[in-house]
Order: sequence, then C-alpha cells, then structure tokens
Amino acid sequence: MQIVVVLGVLNAPLILAALLIWLERRFLALLQDRYGPNRVGPLGLGIVLADMIKIFTKEDWIPPFADRAVFILAPAVIVVTGLMSVAVIPITETIGVTDLNIGLLFFLAMSSMGVYSVVLAGWASNNKYALLGGLRASAQMVSYEVFMGLSLMGVVLLAGSFSLREIVEAQRDVWFIVPQFLGFAIFFIAGLAETHRLPFDLPEAEAELVAGFHSEYSGMKFGMFFVGEYVGVTVVSAMIVTLFFGGWMGPVLPGIVWFGLKLLFFILVFITLRASLPRPRFDQLMAFGWKVLLPLSLLNLVVTAGVLLLLKT
Amino acid sequence: MATIYVDDRPYEVDPGKNLLEECLSRGLDLPYFCWHPALGSVGACRQCAVKQYRDENDQRGRIVMACMTPAMDGARISIRDKDAAQFRAGIIELLMSNHPHDCPVCDEGGECHLQDMTVMTGHNYRGYRFGKRTFRNQELGPFINHEMNRCITCYRCVRFYRDYADGKDLDAFASHNHVYFGRHEDGVLENEFSGNLVEVCPTGVFTDKTLKGHYTRKWDLQTAPSVCAHCSLGCNTIAGERYGQLRRILNRYNAEVNGYFLCDRGRFGYDFVNGDRRLRQPLLRGQPTGAPEALRRAAALLGRQSRIIGIGSPRASLEANFALRTLVGPRNFFSGMAAGEDHLVARMLRALRGARVRTPSLHEVESADAVFILGEDVTQTAPRLALAVRQAVKQAPRTEAMRLRIPRWDDAALREVMQQQKGPLYIATSGATKLDEVATASCRGAPDDVARLGFAVARALDDSAPEVAGLADGDRALAEAIAGALRAAERPVVISGSGSGGEAVIDAAAQVARALGRERTADLCFTAPECNSFGLGLLDAMNTSEAFQRVADGLVDAVVVLENDLYRRAPGAVVDAMLESAQVIAIDHSAHKTVEGAAVALPAGSFAETEGTLVSNEGRAQRFFQVFVPEGEVKPGWSWLMELAQAAGRNELATLASPDDLLAALARAVPVFAPLPEHLPTAAFRVNGEKVPRQSPRASGRTAVQADVTVHEPKPPADPDSPLAFSMEGYPQQPPSALITRFWAPGWNSVQSLNKFQSEVGGALTGGDPGVRLLEPGANGYAAYSEEIPVPFERRDGEFLVVPLYHIYGSEESSAAAPAVAERCPEPYAALNLEDARTLEVEEGALVEIEFDRALYRLPARLSAGMASGVIGVPMGIAVQGVDVPAWSPCRKV
Amino acid sequence: MLSMLRTIWTVFLHLFRRPVTVQYPEEKPYLPPRYRGRIILSRDPDGDERCVGCYLCSAACPVDCIALQAGEREDGRRYPEWFRINFSRCIFCGLCEEACPTYAIQLTPDFELCDFDRQSLVYEKKDLLIDGTGKYPGYNFYRVAGLAISGKDKGASENEDKPVDVKSLLP
Repeated sequence: MQIVVVLGVLNAPLILAALLIWLERRFLALLQDRYGPNRVGPLGLGIVLADMIKIFTKEDWIPPFADRAVFILAPAVIVVTGLMSVAVIPITETIGVTDLNIGLLFFLAMSSMGVYSVVLAGWASNNKYALLGGLRASAQMVSYEVFMGLSLMGVVLLAGSFSLREIVEAQRDVWFIVPQFLGFAIFFIAGLAETHRLPFDLPEAEAELVAGFHSEYSGMKFGMFFVGEYVGVTVVSAMIVTLFFGGWMGPVLPGIVWFGLKLLFFILVFITLRASLPRPRFDQLMAFGWKVLLPLSLLNLVVTAGVLLLLKT
Repeated sequence: MATIYVDDRPYEVDPGKNLLEECLSRGLDLPYFCWHPALGSVGACRQCAVKQYRDENDQRGRIVMACMTPAMDGARISIRDKDAAQFRAGIIELLMSNHPHDCPVCDEGGECHLQDMTVMTGHNYRGYRFGKRTFRNQELGPFINHEMNRCITCYRCVRFYRDYADGKDLDAFASHNHVYFGRHEDGVLENEFSGNLVEVCPTGVFTDKTLKGHYTRKWDLQTAPSVCAHCSLGCNTIAGERYGQLRRILNRYNAEVNGYFLCDRGRFGYDFVNGDRRLRQPLLRGQPTGAPEALRRAAALLGRQSRIIGIGSPRASLEANFALRTLVGPRNFFSGMAAGEDHLVARMLRALRGARVRTPSLHEVESADAVFILGEDVTQTAPRLALAVRQAVKQAPRTEAMRLRIPRWDDAALREVMQQQKGPLYIATSGATKLDEVATASCRGAPDDVARLGFAVARALDDSAPEVAGLADGDRALAEAIAGALRAAERPVVISGSGSGGEAVIDAAAQVARALGRERTADLCFTAPECNSFGLGLLDAMNTSEAFQRVADGLVDAVVVLENDLYRRAPGAVVDAMLESAQVIAIDHSAHKTVEGAAVALPAGSFAETEGTLVSNEGRAQRFFQVFVPEGEVKPGWSWLMELAQAAGRNELATLASPDDLLAALARAVPVFAPLPEHLPTAAFRVNGEKVPRQSPRASGRTAVQADVTVHEPKPPADPDSPLAFSMEGYPQQPPSALITRFWAPGWNSVQSLNKFQSEVGGALTGGDPGVRLLEPGANGYAAYSEEIPVPFERRDGEFLVVPLYHIYGSEESSAAAPAVAERCPEPYAALNLEDARTLEVEEGALVEIEFDRALYRLPARLSAGMASGVIGVPMGIAVQGVDVPAWSPCRKV
Repeated sequence: MLSMLRTIWTVFLHLFRRPVTVQYPEEKPYLPPRYRGRIILSRDPDGDERCVGCYLCSAACPVDCIALQAGEREDGRRYPEWFRINFSRCIFCGLCEEACPTYAIQLTPDFELCDFDRQSLVYEKKDLLIDGTGKYPGYNFYRVAGLAISGKDKGASENEDKPVDVKSLLP
C-alpha cells in the first residue's frame, strides 16, 4: 500500500507537469483573449500527447564543445531535486511519502540543490549566453534562498515544529496566512525566484540571452528542464498550501480535493503573474532581494518571535 | 590658375574654362542641358543659372548662366542661392510642361538626364494645366528610334549631328513652340555617327532601336569594360548583357582614344553575338557533338608525333594568339593575315617603330591643324578617325577665331566667326570618300599614283628626299601646296592605311612623315585592317599564304585555325585544297565556311564572352573584359587551346592557366609586349580587397530569372580570370579607369555622370586613361628615305586594276552579321569611272564580268564620278573576299 | 506595488472576455481590398494588358523575385513578353505595386498560397494576368502617355494638343 502511495505521489507531479503544458498555454491564452491550443483532441488536451511525442522524438543534440558528462547530468538534477521535495509534502492526513521531522529543512535543502542543475547546465554548455544564464541563476537562487528560509521561520515558530504534517495540524484553528501574511508574501516572491518563473526568469531571459542556461539543450534534455520547471511550480504551490493555507484542511469536501483545489489555485496564480508582470532588470532583482526582502523577513521573524514571547509570558 | 568662390568656398580653376565646367570639375552639382563637354556652350537651355556677385560686399548679385560665364579670377558665385535655385526649378517646370507622361515606356527612363535634372532641381508637380504639344515621329532607319514629343529643345542633337559630325540630314524645323528636330522626310539617318544621338540627347527623343528589340533598363544590364572589335581604332566601349544576350554597346570615355563618341558600326554591330550563326557547341565535320567527344577527336589529331601548325587571327586577342603560338611553337605559327595584308602591316609597323615618326592617338588627330590622307577611305575603314579628322579640319579656323579672344568653349560665337572655313585637309585616294566634302583638295588616282603624290610631297618638304620622276605639273603644284600646308601647320598629321592595298602608299605616307619629322617628331596615323592586326604584326609571324604553302608541300598533318575564316584570307580554291589535305581544327565564335569544312570545330567566345588584349592602330594595348557567361559549350579560344593541349598530352601550355599567365609569358617571349603585365589590370587586382561588380546595386530579378528552370538559385558564376565579379557585390565606388563597368554617380543616372569620373570635365579619366602605348618613336630606328618610287600608273587595254573599296556597314566580318548593320549593307557592285563605263558601254546597274585571283565575278556596275580612271572598285567583304588586290583583271560587259 | 496588483487584476479580468481569435479554416476573416496577398497583373478598361514592361516593379522588389522581358507590339504598345514572380521568395511587401506607374501589378487579398513544392510557387504571366482592372477601374495608361498606339493617335491622349504641323508657318 505504501508503495502505491509513494509511486502515486511521485508520479503525480510528473503527470501534473505534462498537464501543465496544456493548462499554462490554455490559461495564458484566455488571459490574452485567445483560445490557446484547441485543435488536438477534446479541449485541445491532445497537445500534451503531441508535445510529448515531439519532444521525445526530436534530435537530442549534444554540442561537440560541451562538457558531455555534466551536460547530461544537469537536467536530471532539477527533476530529481523537485521530486525529492515532493516526498515530504503531506497531501492529506493519510497520504504522504514520508514524514520527516525536519521536512521543511529538507525542502529548503532540495531547492538549494536545484541551483546546481542550472549552474551546471550553463557551465557545461560552453556557450557565453548559457554561462551568463547560469551565473544569473546562481546569484538569484542563492540570494532568494536566504529570505525563503527566513520567511518560513515565522511559521516554524508558530507551529513549533519543522515537520510539515505538524505545521498543517497547527493550522486547525487559523491558517498561518493570517498571522504570517508578511512571511507568505516573501515566501511567494522567493518561490517565484527559486523556480525562475516569470517575472523572475532572468537566467533564461530570451530577449538578452537567447535562452540562457538551456540555449544548447534540445530534445528530452530540454524537456527535463521543462518538466523540472513545472515540478518546481507544483512544489512551491504545494508548499504555500501546506505552510499558509492549511494543507488538506477544509469543510465538507475530502482532504485530497481541498489540497488539489488549493494547489490548482496557486498554479493559476503563477500563470496569471506570467501573463501580467514584466521582467525586472537583474540589478533591480538583486537590490529588491537584499534591500527589501531580507530586512522584511528579519522583521517578520523578530516580530513573530516577540509576539510569541509576549503571549507566553 | 585663378580662384573663384562658390558659395563662399574658394576653388582653384582654369580661367580658360567656363563656370559650369569648373563647377562640375570640382564635383559640384549644377544642372544643365545644352552644354556638352565636346560641343561647348551656347546658353540655350538657361538651366545652369547661378548667382554672381560683384564682390564680397555685394548682397544682391545677378543671375548668370554658368556655361556662358568665364571662370575669371575672383569670381563669386552661388549655386545654392534661393533665387538661382528657384530660377532653375522654374526652367525645368517650363521644359516639363510639354514633356509627355512616358517614362515607363521610354527607353531613356532610368538613365535620363532630364529625370536627373528634374530631381536635382526639385520640381515635382506639373502646374501647367493646358494641353501638351505633340509631334509626329519619323522613321529614322534601323539604328535610331524617334519620339519627338519628349523633346526639350536643347539643340544638342543638331549641334552634334550637323556641327560636330558634319551630318546633313538632321535639322531643326519650324519655329517658336513648334521647333522640330528630324529629317526633312522619313528616312535613314545617313551620318555614320548617328548612334551618338542616343547619348547626346538628354532625354528620350533619340533612343537605341537595337536595344528596343530586347529592351533592358540600365540598372539591369550586366556590364563590363570592352574594346570595340569592329575596326583597328580600339574605341573603348561598355557592353551590357541581360538574360544571356548582349543587349547594347555604350561609349566608354577614354580621353586619348574615342572621347565621347563612337561610330555606328561599333555601337550597333554587337548583335552578331546573339545571332543564329553563333557556334554554341562543337562540330565534327559540320555535325553537332559534345565537348568531350570533340576534344577526343581533336586530341587524336594533335598527337605528339603529328606535325601541326597554327593559324592565328588578327581579330582574336593577343592571349588567344599567343596560346596558339605556344602550343604549336613559333616556327609553326602563322599570323592568319593574308600575304598582302601581312606585308602592309609589317610596313606600317616598320615605319612607326622608326625614328622621327610617332603614332598619334585619336585625340591628337582631333587637335591636328593640317591633315594629309593617302589612299584611305577613313570614313569606311576607321569611322571614328574620320570624325577626328572632321574636328581637325575645324582646328585651324577655330585657332584663328580664338585670336579674337573668344574662349574655346563659346561654341556659338566661334562658329559665327568660323562660318564655313576649313583647315587644310588633303585627300588622295582611288575612289571618292565622304571626307572629300570637307577637304581643301582631293585627288583621285590608282594606288601607285597616290603613292607618287605622297613621295612628291615628301620631296617638296625635304630636298634630300628622292625625286619623283615624270611627275605631271598639276601633281607637282598640288604636292607643293600640300607640303606648304603641312609645313605651316603646328600639328600636321599624315594618315594612311591598309585600305588602298598598296604597299607603296604606306611607304609614301611614311616618307611624308619622315620628311616632316626632320625638325620635329611627326604624327603618322595608320589604319590597320582589323582590331588586332598590329598585335599580330608585333608577334612577327609568317602569313597565311606560307601556311597554305606548307600544307600544299605535304609537311603538315593538322592545322589549328583560331577565330579565322580562311575564305576571307585566300581564294576559295586554295582554302578548299587545304581543308582537304590537312585535318583542320577550327576555333571560332560563329559558323562560317572554314568552320563547316573543319574536321573539328570548337565554339569560342566572342569579345563579350572572353577577355583579352587588343593592340589598336595607335599601338595601344587595351584589355577588354568578359561581360557574361555564355550558354552552351562556348569557351574562350585560349581555354580551348589549353584543353586541347592537355587532351593531346602536350605540355607546352601546362604551366599557363589564365589570360594573365599568357600575357606574362608573352611579355617574356616578345620584348615589345614587356610593359603589358605591369600596366594592364590583372585578375589578382582588388580595390580595398574587393572585386569590381559587373552588376549595378539595383540589378533585379536575381531570384526569379532562372526560377522557371529551378527555384533553387544557382551560385553566381566565379570569375577567376579578371578583377571583375558576375555579381552586384563588390567595391561600390568608382573603380580604376580601366575597370569602369558603368557610368553612374549618386543623382546622376545618365551617361552625363561621366563628369564624376574625369579628373576635369573633358579631360582624362581619374587615375589616367586606360591602355598602354607599345609604339613610341625609336631613337635610332629605321628612318632612311625609301627610294622605291613606283612608276606612274598606266591604264591597259581591256584590263582594269581592281582596287578595294570598303563600307562601314558590310566590309567588317562580324558586325555585318548584326541584323541592324546588315540592313545598311550595300548590294554587291563594281564601281567604274564614268568615262571607263562609256568605253565599256555599260550603264548603271548593268552586269560586268571581272576575273582575277583565279575567280570570276559578275557584278552590277555602279558609275561613279569619283573613281580614278582605269581602276574598278569592288566592295570588300560584300562583293569579294579572300582576294589579293590591287590586281589586274579583264573586264567585260555581260 | 499597487500598480502591479492592478495589472494582475486587469489581466485576470481578461479571462472573461471573448477571445478575438478567428478560427481560420472554418471562419474566413474579412480582408480589405488593399490587403497584400497574391500578386496579379490587371488589364486596362479596354481589355489590354496594363503592364508596359517598365521594369520598375522588379527594380523595387527587395528580394528580387520579379523578372520580366519587355517587348513591343507592332503598333508601339509595350507589353511584357514574359513575366515571372517567384512567390517562394516574395515577402508581400507591396513595393512592386507602389512602384507600378500603370496600376498593372496589384496585390490581392488572397493569401492562401501554401504548397509542398516550391517550384509550383513560380508564377508565369499566364498565372498572373487577370481579366479585369482590379482595384483601379478606369485608369488607362496609354490615355495619358504621349506614345501613339493603335486606336490612339498622337495628340489624342488626355490633355494633349493635336500634333504640330511642322511645315506650317502660322504662329
């Protein structure tokens, strides 16, 4: 039984990633007054299959000037770390791969590991645009890692645990979005930056860097980055749901449905942001991180801790 | 030198010029119509208005015509002045009020001076709303198209045609707004230089009718610098191609040679290149075959053991001839000229390489002030030289008129003073010539008598020259008169050539020049039979008769004939015999009897499809360039020879791969050609690392021209043999003068853009005129007087001396194959003096029978008062060919 | 910050708008007559070819995909002996139409030119010439040009006087 759950939970993000191909295009199109893919299959869902066939059968080219081993390794890392993060997410009371007591720290560790994928891809491509993309990615992700972690400390203080399941349980009375709104905002922004989704997709800014770190990638290796990105979106959304929106909890409907609905909502928010916000300059991104988010997250931590102490005493 | 101020900037100018010339020379744009650098100013069109100021304090100024105002020291003018600019725009508007809405269907469009000037002055919309004046056009023959509606009455056409070229059948008719330029009735424009109207007319009244048959705009023509191959003068031309067809010839200015003008044979004789008679694939005994098969068969004939000889050609380039000479060896190479022709050329070259005589350029002939022509009908054999002589005739009276302090450019005033005065021009020939009308005196005689007159003139000039025995009193007086005129002149020129066929005539002309040259170097101008006769003469080869002899002696297995129709060099029976007893490999661009009779015939490129070097009658070596890549298996003559040598396993040409290699080897082998590789542009030449493009930047249709065959555009052909490219890509600015592919400058689309290519208006091209002179007066060459004075001509009973007559249209082999020129070819005839006709009892048009050189001819008689007595003139290349004349022949009425 | 939120809200509202997409093969869009699609050669009101073979279209073409050869009929009327457009190169920029002095070459709203074989995108004169005046009815170049053709003598064009009698002495 546990095996089924584990396989189910680990495969779900992959299937979700594939569906996201369709969802993102369709939703984006609707936001832009278009139809989006609507030709292949019912509602255009066939595009998922068509895209998969396409990406699997495309020429998988490794440039002769690339660092072969690293070049192949890089896309795998992003998928693996993404899936590892999924392992600690409690989906319902009963469903979940594992229940680490340092679940939150594990998630942060995995998302830090994800940086390697992008950096190595940029490095191994041996291409100046890819390298620039890799450099940007490392700077951006390392920086935002800091506030991401700090912003969650408020939640940890409130829940008194690093275990994600316990954090969800701690929200039985009130979702942490209420006491930890600032923490949520910072985590959300940092999550965008971690997954380098628009508007923070500077590592692959196509207007400046061709396609950034994955300029040289094609075929399924490129597909892996694609999947990695969607898994990242799913994981960050799932973390938001878990940490701030009470996870599976909700009235009437079963937990898994609540979790799914909340997850979908945040995925759609991600897509809406992509449709509406322009990309900042890289220096603006860094300045915003270090000069705004860092003080804010520290403030959030101090205030939360202060209030807790006050309440305890 | 004087200084003028144009828009407050000082310019150093020549005070002998006018303001317009000087402004254009300094690169300033000033519109004009009636002024032409060769025709001078008349101030008719009022287009070149500028404002002139008295001094730097003068703010008002006054509008003057730049072309009528001398460039005096300290003159202050403004081109940009608002009043002057408005004045010029107003003039254009007036000119355009009657100009039809024709540009799309006008052949001048895109290279129209009127278009350029309209744009330059900024006139955009026609304000005049009343009717346009219209005219009916005239049919002016096969060369020129007439569309009188487009006329802007600048008078350039009649000023060129009547005043410059002395034509009679084009004039201005009617008055006021009705002035009409045309003939008195429809008919062919008679003057031999009518084609220049196309370039002289600033708009589309006179356009090229041959171009109209396959019309292409200037920007679409792929053009390359070429040299006219239709006579020995070596006029520079620009040949233009489109869709694999040669489409037109334009004048390429060379201050030393042709200047601004070409003759009609040179301009309209190009169409043979596109003709049905072109050879486009190899023939085996007249049957078409592929190149590999033909090469295999030819190689079998040229094996190591076989005894081969080569017959070159005076109409093929030096490169091709030298390739043949190298292949067969100098001792087996024959010049391709008939014996008579060869002797004439040898004598001319001997005279020109001697001391004290110099061969003048055409430009120098133009500025001569006394001319003596011996035995040559220049208008027919070297037409552009006749135009130069016509200018020389005006030289003396003009010099006289200029004493009244009239500047050289003030054409109308000079003509008013000159009226019909003519400078000294003496002509002695066997038949009437067109130049007689401007001659001071012209006399008729058999070639020997013409020569005797020459010797008598030499004697009259210098007592140490041999006496001419038995000279009639009249002739002696004439000789004295001629000698007097020549002695009095500042720059006398003696002209003769191969046209009379008499060697004594050549000697006589040389004698006169030597006698004149006692005090100074004298100008002696010879016309040669063909475009590269002098080149072949300098190669110093045996003549064709010796080749025939060697074949007849059975010493030859195979003959390679290069671009030569032997039936034009020797009697038919002789050539027939040779074609039978030896295996002939003929290489030529067109089919003719020699090609048809040859064992193997290979298709060579015409002047437009190859590149090479020709030596003109001035001894000027000039390079012509390939214009386009021909269809079929056509290759340059030298290229075939290289392939032949390789196929036959011979290694004579193994180290030579290109025309440059051939020229370099030629320079090493024959010392007189030593300057060539250094002075002519080689294939390695680049401007800023780039080739010179043959196409204009506006060339169109690149992706559509061949799309009907395949949509995948082929790569443009490479050209490893020249510094030009078959492309629009390359050095975008003015190339060096020898590589000018077109005259164009920003804002100047017409041929008038030439101003931008000259160092000064009417002067040399920027960087010097192309070509290298090979013949300069020798310091101690042959200069002794000839003692071989012929005895007086005596008529014989029942026999006549057959003398050659030439026709501008028809006598030259390749141009006669051009349809437009063929239309102007005369029918065969035999010209007789009126008295001789009476004795023979023949009337105009009656058939006479003459027999010489083992052949019988029946020709309609043409009675001509201008023929010398006792001689019969036959048109060469029309009635007869391959004959050695002068020759005695019985003559009977049929 | 507020403007960003407003932007997001505005974009979100677009979710409920009707898409502007035209479902092309089923729904045909309306294309105005001056749309730049397939090129044609038109005829003048008399039914003769308008093209006079002036080469301006080929000169204006930035991709050099037009080639032609001008010819002249017996009566002096110019026409293209052949006229070729390589549509596999054409970029439908319309410069040829702008350059054309006789309204002969015109771009039409037909854009459905797809083909699997590039060679069949090479259109010759017979494929280009239509039996009508296209967008410009009424214009006849030879009625304004000074050239005489059959049916229109010298001086018979618009705004032209009768031909001058050169031999007359009257003013």
